[in-house]
Amino acid sequence: MNMYSEKVMDHFKNPRNVGELKDADGVGTVGNPICGDVMTIYIKVKDNIISDVKFKTFGCAAAIATSSIMTEIAKGKTLEEAEKITKADVASNLDGLPPQKMHCSNLSSDALHLAIENYRKTKEKK
Amino acid sequence: MIYLDNAATTQISDDVIKAMVPYFSEKFGNPSSIYSFGSNVNKVIEESRNIIAQIIGANPKEIIFTSGGTESNNLAIIGIAQEIHKKDSKKNHIITTKIEHPSVLNTFKHLESIGFSVDYLDVDSDGVVDVEQLKDLVTENTIFVSVMHANNEIGTIEPIEKIGSFLASLKHRVYFHVDAVQTYTKVPIDVKKANIDLLSISSHKIHGPKGVGALFVKKGVSLKPLMFGGPQERSMRPGTENVSGILGFSKASEIAFKDMEKNNKHMISLRNKLIDSIEKNISDVILNGAKGDMRLSNNVNISFKYVEGESLLLYLEMEDIFVSTASACSSKKLEPSHVLLAIGRPHEFAHGAIRFTLSKYTTTEEISKLLDILPPIVKKLRDMSSIDKDTDMTKFKETDEHV
Ligand SMILES: Cc1ncc(COP(=O)(O)O)c(C=O)c1O
Ligand SMILES: [Zn+2]
Repeated sequence: MNMYSEKVMDHFKNPRNVGELKDADGVGTVGNPICGDVMTIYIKVKDNIISDVKFKTFGCAAAIATSSIMTEIAKGKTLEEAEKITKADVASNLDGLPPQKMHCSNLSSDALHLAIENYRKTKEKK
Repeated sequence: MIYLDNAATTQISDDVIKAMVPYFSEKFGNPSSIYSFGSNVNKVIEESRNIIAQIIGANPKEIIFTSGGTESNNLAIIGIAQEIHKKDSKKNHIITTKIEHPSVLNTFKHLESIGFSVDYLDVDSDGVVDVEQLKDLVTENTIFVSVMHANNEIGTIEPIEKIGSFLASLKHRVYFHVDAVQTYTKVPIDVKKANIDLLSISSHKIHGPKGVGALFVKKGVSLKPLMFGGPQERSMRPGTENVSGILGFSKASEIAFKDMEKNNKHMISLRNKLIDSIEKNISDVILNGAKGDMRLSNNVNISFKYVEGESLLLYLEMEDIFVSTASACSSKKLEPSHVLLAIGRPHEFAHGAIRFTLSKYTTTEEISKLLDILPPIVKKLRDMSSIDKDTDMTKFKETDEHV
């Protein structure tokens, strides 16, 4: 097989929660098409809990797999718990990533944190 | 398995293996030995030299065996630059193109770092080198020019005959090196007619063994060697010869040269079918490289917009189809292919480029199977993608670091 773990390949092959949430409460986009990875994470929030998460990603297998696993980790967590998710959590949930691909796991935690920030800001305005 | 990465390396043909085997076992002698058990082995090397010389229109004495394309390029470039600079220290200018293989580009960067002055020629949107720019840049201090015969990523064939005759017309001597690794036994070449002084070729791209290649060095051209030792290869490349490798290389050359026309016809028909069907059945694709006669017979390189090359490559691998991508977000500085940037592709499309390279072994069935499998994979990745034709790319600024 290639350089990725079975877990990464599973999430890459059958990504969970792909798509957009049209009525999302928070949206976070990180990355850059110039670099080769762009990730958008959509969240629904109910009673301070992430009730639904979806993603769309342009990128490598690591970027797609980390987006997918991130949606699984974040779903059902309180916002405070979700904010504590780190890139290391993402990588370990995928049984590791090749060292040169670690930056891709930064993206998914960053995108989630941005989506939460976006949710908090829009709530304040209301 | 459907193997479509023949620009990376090729399957060794059975006839080549068969020819090599005795030189690993009963015929193990050292070609430099005086007794016949050794000197008979030397005959094999000289026959191999003859075969390869004939194919490129050279004299056998002008062929130096090396460990492959990379070494041939290094020996040619460093060897001529240092030799000429040593004789005339004013001469310190060297020229190549922006789309060379790393074994040329990084050798130029090395020479730049030790004080040589370097110019890198632009190419047009098909990847064809700008000959007019070359004419402007050449000065009396130019030592040599290095231009590849065809590009390994996008398959564009360069006008080397035109460049050779321009350089030959100059009053001062400017040497000409050609990296012909991708064209050898695919595009006919005559080193004399094309006014070439140095030409690099490699065995493993033509169904021969890995780790062997050759450099044509025109009679009268002297190079400073990279290594020092015994008298082998006229001391330009000392060390006991890779006998089985050299024999395998010449056997592969012989077979490929004999069947050149037939193989090209076969590969061109599959190449065109692949390009035409992808363009017809998948939206938002761009062919990278020249069309028609200016394109290598076995190369297809296509950017699938809004998807990333590695993902596409790995989905194809799951179907047992092997292709290549030049882009990889594997380092902090995420530069896509220098070749695709040189032909003016935006970064986001350069990241979605896939190279399919065929061989004489590629079948119509394999191409048909690929054409069945490809559209749903591209669709799946596009459905997943966060960018599409409505995405405003200007909101993403170019950054050095991948965040
Ligand atoms: C254009 C070109 N030059 C040089 C090389 C290097 O050849 P080798 O692998 O024999 O060192 C290659 C092979 O990748 C090539 O495509
Ligand atoms: Zn990535």
